[in-house]
Amino acid sequence: MPPPSDISAPAAHSTPARAGNPGDRAWGWGITIFGGSLLVVAGLILYELGRVAAPSWGQLGYFKFLFSSAWDPVQEKFGALPFIYGTLVTSGVALLIALPVSVGLALFLSEMGPRALRAPVAYSIEVLAAIPSVIYGLWGLFVMVPWLRSSVEPFLQKTLGFLPIFQGPPIGLGYLAAGVILALMILPTIASVTIEVLKTVPPSLKEGALALGATRWESIRISVLPYARPGIIGASLLGLGRALGETMAVTMVIGNSPEIHASLFAPGYSLPAVIANEFAEATGDVHVGALAALGLVLFGITLILNAIARILVEAVARGPKGSRA
Amino acid sequence: MNRLRWRKGVDRFWTVVSGVAVLAAVIPLASLLWLVISHGAPGLTAGFFTSLPTPVGEPGGGVGNAIVGTFFMVGIASLFALPVGIGAGIFLAEKGDGKLGSIVRFTAEVLSGVPSIVIGIVAYGLVVSHMKRFSALAGGVALALLMVPSLARSTEEFIRLVPSALREASLALGVPAWKTSLRVILRTAVGGIVTAVLLAVARAAGETAPLLFTALNNQYWNTDPFQPTASLTVQIYNYAISPYDDWHQKAWTAALVLLLLVGLLNLVARFLSRNRLQGAPR
Repeated sequence: MPPPSDISAPAAHSTPARAGNPGDRAWGWGITIFGGSLLVVAGLILYELGRVAAPSWGQLGYFKFLFSSAWDPVQEKFGALPFIYGTLVTSGVALLIALPVSVGLALFLSEMGPRALRAPVAYSIEVLAAIPSVIYGLWGLFVMVPWLRSSVEPFLQKTLGFLPIFQGPPIGLGYLAAGVILALMILPTIASVTIEVLKTVPPSLKEGALALGATRWESIRISVLPYARPGIIGASLLGLGRALGETMAVTMVIGNSPEIHASLFAPGYSLPAVIANEFAEATGDVHVGALAALGLVLFGITLILNAIARILVEAVARGPKGSRA
Repeated sequence: MNRLRWRKGVDRFWTVVSGVAVLAAVIPLASLLWLVISHGAPGLTAGFFTSLPTPVGEPGGGVGNAIVGTFFMVGIASLFALPVGIGAGIFLAEKGDGKLGSIVRFTAEVLSGVPSIVIGIVAYGLVVSHMKRFSALAGGVALALLMVPSLARSTEEFIRLVPSALREASLALGVPAWKTSLRVILRTAVGGIVTAVLLAVARAAGETAPLLFTALNNQYWNTDPFQPTASLTVQIYNYAISPYDDWHQKAWTAALVLLLLVGLLNLVARFLSRNRLQGAPR
C-alpha cells in the first residue's frame, strides 16, 4: 500500500523546511532575547535595591528597623514605623475618597451619564492622569493646603471634632492634605480600570434585570455591580499601589515630620517622601542603606498589591465559573 | 403606584450621585489647569526659555538649562529604553502566548507599578554608586527603567490591533514568517508604536522623584552625560518649596512650560493613533 495520500507528502516536507528557515530562527531568537531582557531588568532592580540596602543589614535588626519609631540619621538611629504609618494612613484616606468617586465616575461614563457629556468627561479623566505629579504638588501646596487650613479642617473640627482623627490645630500640611491630593491622583487609575471591568459585564445580565422591570439603578445594583465586584477591588488595589509609591505631591504637602499622630491634621511623613528628601544628602553608607531598605519595604508592598490586583482584574475578564455556558 | 415613584426617585438619586462624582473630579482639574495658566502665563517670556536661573530677587532669569536638561536626559533614556521596550513588546505580541510570554507580560505589568522613587534608588546603585557622582547618565538610566515596562505593554497592544488577516495573507503568498512580521505587521503598527513611544516620553519628561538623587541639579548649562544636570521637574520642585515669592512665581511658569510640553506630546500621540490605526498598510 502506498502512503495514505500523495498530497500530504509535500506539506509534510515543507513544514520542517519552513521551521528551519534561518531568517525565521534568527527573528524568533532575536525577539525572545528582547522579551527575556525584561526579566533581566526585573532581576537587576531587585539585586541593586538589595545591594544598596546591604550596609544597613548588619547595623539594624529587621524587627527593630520595621517597628522602631526613632529616626535620627546623625545618631544612626533608623526606625521605619513613622514612614510606614504615614504611607498607610495617607493611602487609606486617598482610597476612601477616591473609590466612591471613581465608581460613580465609571458608572456615569458607562451607564448613567447623558451621552453628550460622556466624551468630554472621559477626556478630562485622561488629562488628570497625564499631569506630572510635581504639578499636583505645586497646586496642592499653594491652593489646596490653604483651602484645607481655612475651610475644610475647621469645619471637620466643628462637626466631627469628637473623633480623635479630627483633633488638633488645623495646619493644612499633613496626612489629610496628602490623602486628598493622592485621591485626586489615583482617581483616573481606579476609574479607567473600573470602566474596563464594567465593559466585560455581559449585557444580557443587565437586560435581564431591565426586562423584569428593574429601574436602571436597580439593574446596576442587582446585576452589574456584583459581577464587577472583584474587578473593582482589583482596580482599587492598583490605585492603592499608585498611592503608596507616589512621591512628589506627598512630599510637598505632608509636612515632613517623622512622628506618629492619630490626628489627620498633624504633619507626618511617608516612605517615598523621606527617601526623596534625605537620599541625596545622606550622611553615610548606613543612612543610604536604611533609606534603600525603606525603598525595599515599599517595593515589596507595591509588588504584592499589584500582583493581587492583576489577578483579580483578569478573573473578572474571564468571568465567574460557569458563566460561559 | 407609590412604590414605583419611590423606586424611580432612588434611580434618579443615584444618577445625581454619579454626576456629583464627576464634579468632584472635574472641579479640581479645572482649578489646577486654570491656576497653572493664570499664575504661569505672566512669566512666560522668551528669556524664560533661554536664560539661566538667577538668584532670589534678581529680575529676569529662566529655566533654559533645565529645559535642555530634561530633553537631554529623556534622550539618553530613550536610547536605552526604546530598543528594549519595543523589542519586548514585539516579543509579547508575536510569541507571547507561551509560558515565557505570560511570565514576561506579568513581569512588565508588575514592574510598571513599581514606584518611581524606588527606580531612582536602583539607578543610584547602578550608576552613581560606581561613578561616585551624580550625573545625567544616572538620571537617564532611571527614566529608561521607568519607560521599558509600560512601553513593552503598549507596543504589544498596538501590534495586536493589526488584523490577523494581513498576516495570513502574507504567509499564504509564501513570505517567510520573519519577513511578514517585519514588513507587514510592524509596518502597519508603526503609527501605534510611535504613539506608545510618545506617551512613554511624555511620562518620563514629567518624572521628578527618580531624578532627585541621580541627576541632582545644576545651575549652569550642561550637556556632559557625566555631570549633574538640571531638569524642569526638579527645578519646579526646588522653586516651589523655597520660601521666596519670586521663586514661587517661577515655579508656576515652569509648571506651565512642563504642562505644555507634556500636553503637546499627548496630543500628537492621540492624533497619530487616530489616523494610523485604521488598518491596511499603504
